[in-house]
Amino acid sequence: MNLIDSTQAKNTLLSSEIAASERTLYPYVTGTSVIGIKYKDGILMAADMGGSYGSTLRYKSVERLKPVGKHSLLGASGEISDFQEILRYLDELILYDNMWDDGNSLGPKEVHNYLTRVMYNRRNKFNPLWNSLVLGGVKNGQKYLGTVSMIGVHFEDNHVATGFGNHLARPILRDEWHENLSFEDGVKLLEKCMLVLLYRDRSAVNKLQIAKITEEGFTSYPPYALKTFWNFSAFQNPTVGAEGSW
Amino acid sequence: MGTTIIGVTYNGGVVLGADSRTSTGMYIANRASDKITQLTDNVYVCRSGSAADSQIISDYVRYYLHQHTIQLGQPATVKVAANLVRLISYNNKNMLETGLIVGGWDKYEGGKIYGIPLGGTIIEQPFAIGGSGSSYLYGFFDQAWKEGMTKDEAEQLVVKAVSLAIARDGASGGVVRTVIINEEGVTRNFYTGDKLPLWHEELEPHNSLLDILNASVPEPMST
Repeated sequence: MNLIDSTQAKNTLLSSEIAASERTLYPYVTGTSVIGIKYKDGILMAADMGGSYGSTLRYKSVERLKPVGKHSLLGASGEISDFQEILRYLDELILYDNMWDDGNSLGPKEVHNYLTRVMYNRRNKFNPLWNSLVLGGVKNGQKYLGTVSMIGVHFEDNHVATGFGNHLARPILRDEWHENLSFEDGVKLLEKCMLVLLYRDRSAVNKLQIAKITEEGFTSYPPYALKTFWNFSAFQNPTVGAEGSW
Repeated sequence: MGTTIIGVTYNGGVVLGADSRTSTGMYIANRASDKITQLTDNVYVCRSGSAADSQIISDYVRYYLHQHTIQLGQPATVKVAANLVRLISYNNKNMLETGLIVGGWDKYEGGKIYGIPLGGTIIEQPFAIGGSGSSYLYGFFDQAWKEGMTKDEAEQLVVKAVSLAIARDGASGGVVRTVIINEEGVTRNFYTGDKLPLWHEELEPHNSLLDILNASVPEPMST
């Protein structure tokens, strides 16, 4: 049962032969930041629905938050085709788990561990899945939120983010996250972070998807856009009275 | 070449337009920049590409035009301003990376637009587009441009075009700024997201998801 790799990997590791095997050089269609937080009932995640093609905002309805099994929620940034491949791997993992038919089901901690192994092993073969993943879930009342990067760096925390979210959202979360956030407060906090990302991340698109996972299961809210504010007086005529062109 | 810049002539003057995004890599350093810069009372320039290069060229040309105006005894023509920009761009082509659109009004030729892309070519055009966002507008202008528009038609065209480019170019965004130059003078305008139309797959903005969930009447869906 080969769950790890669908490509025929060459086992030789001489540097002269690495060029002969396949490797991902750069991503094509990419998603930007994902933010995840723990709240009172489980995990809340937010991501925009953009699929950028270089600097072109090519696709604007890409779902980057997906349920995994009964207890987990996966969000991904980076190459969308690699994310779709990961979803296939997870499908297979859940299928085999269900086939045991023993009443047990894979929890978020196990799924996170599986993803970590997949990402790290691909990295070791110089053919990474070009994604940063956020995996959250609840099982038997225990909340879990973790992240894995394309090189296999993984950890868990009360709030995580990928990409630009690391620089723009996490400082806000460090300041304003607290234990047992209500659903409303959690959504407002995520929206505050997503708004900053919309203002300052070039690849952000104004169409968000918010999803949650609780003991009851997965819920995805309909996509919507946020209002942006531009009416600062300083924005009206910034160069009036300026010395030169700036 | 982050940016979308446009210059359009109409019967009586010109309309210049631009987005307001300045980026360093993938970070938006300034979301409300002013890319339409004054050279003289009647000539303005739209800047794209390297912010530093376009700013310094504008400053040199403004300085030369100031002296030229004094010596000439009357306002400089758009053609002279454009050629000064061209001289600097052309003679320093190995070091500069900026595309400019010079537009203005003078009493001899009326409203004129000159495109000055990388390399320092000068090309007089009824309308000009530039910057990375312009890639998405060639087809649009081929279809939508027509000779002899009114001032309002021209401005509406510019705002619509910049807004369309912003929707698809990651390097363009923010607000749409326009500058209208004619015999009467210069008018600056400023169009924020809420004043622009929504394009394909764009949704009506809200303050929060919670407002949508708490709405008593479900909102109509649209694609």
